[in-house]
Amino acid sequence: MSEFADREFRVTRADLVRYAGASGDFNPIHWSERVATSVGLPGVIAHGMFTMALAARAVEEWAGGPGRVVEFGCKFTKPVVVPDDDEGVVVRVAGRVTGEADGLISLALEVTCGDDKVLGAPKAVIRA
Amino acid sequence: MPIDQTLVGREFPPTEPYAVTAVKLREFAEATGAPYDERIAPPTFPIIVAFHAMNGFLADVQVDLFRIVHGEQRFAYERAVQAGDVLTASLTVDTLRQIGGNDIIGTSSRITDADGALVCTTKATLIHRGEDA
Repeated sequence: MSEFADREFRVTRADLVRYAGASGDFNPIHWSERVATSVGLPGVIAHGMFTMALAARAVEEWAGGPGRVVEFGCKFTKPVVVPDDDEGVVVRVAGRVTGEADGLISLALEVTCGDDKVLGAPKAVIRA
Repeated sequence: MPIDQTLVGREFPPTEPYAVTAVKLREFAEATGAPYDERIAPPTFPIIVAFHAMNGFLADVQVDLFRIVHGEQRFAYERAVQAGDVLTASLTVDTLRQIGGNDIIGTSSRITDADGALVCTTKATLIHRGEDA
């Protein structure tokens, strides 16, 4: 396989609202500053699953098609704080192939927002 | 108030059957910018059904969703979810720890199709932020 294609995704509040509707996760920490700060968060944060979905998108686009991911997992180590402006923040997905055997390719990803690694040890296994 | 230790090992009843439609696949793909495929779901799509199972669990233990932060999520797929699937999720509480006023809840959910065949197993760690945390 070719070298992993690193990607950048811009995330705004509007993206979080759209993802809330599509996923059914209406936790107000993802759209209400008031609730987010009341539980000690620095502000409205992206759904961890939204960041994970962006990483999955980078993996599937690199893999060349849907339905090839057999394992996918990560920790959510740092919140992606999304400001209430038009710029939002940029989430960067980088990766490298760590193994290839029995028709399966293992990928180690690095998902960052600014200087923070926002996902912990994100890994995917895909069918070659 | 910490969550009751006796929950460990408990399996919650399966969620209501969830019919995967092409329209929903498009909505989810558009929300994540993923290339739209009218048949095959993106990898994180099963979270919709897993989330139903989590909400059932949270209601049962009387925990508010806004006090939950997601710690970890893993998927192992038997096959990709497809349009036309009718899915249910069954959640089991695997582990429960209290750290610094927070509950760290390890769960796993089996997502099965209309025939009862396993489609995917997903593990989630949920952090319940205590009122004083």
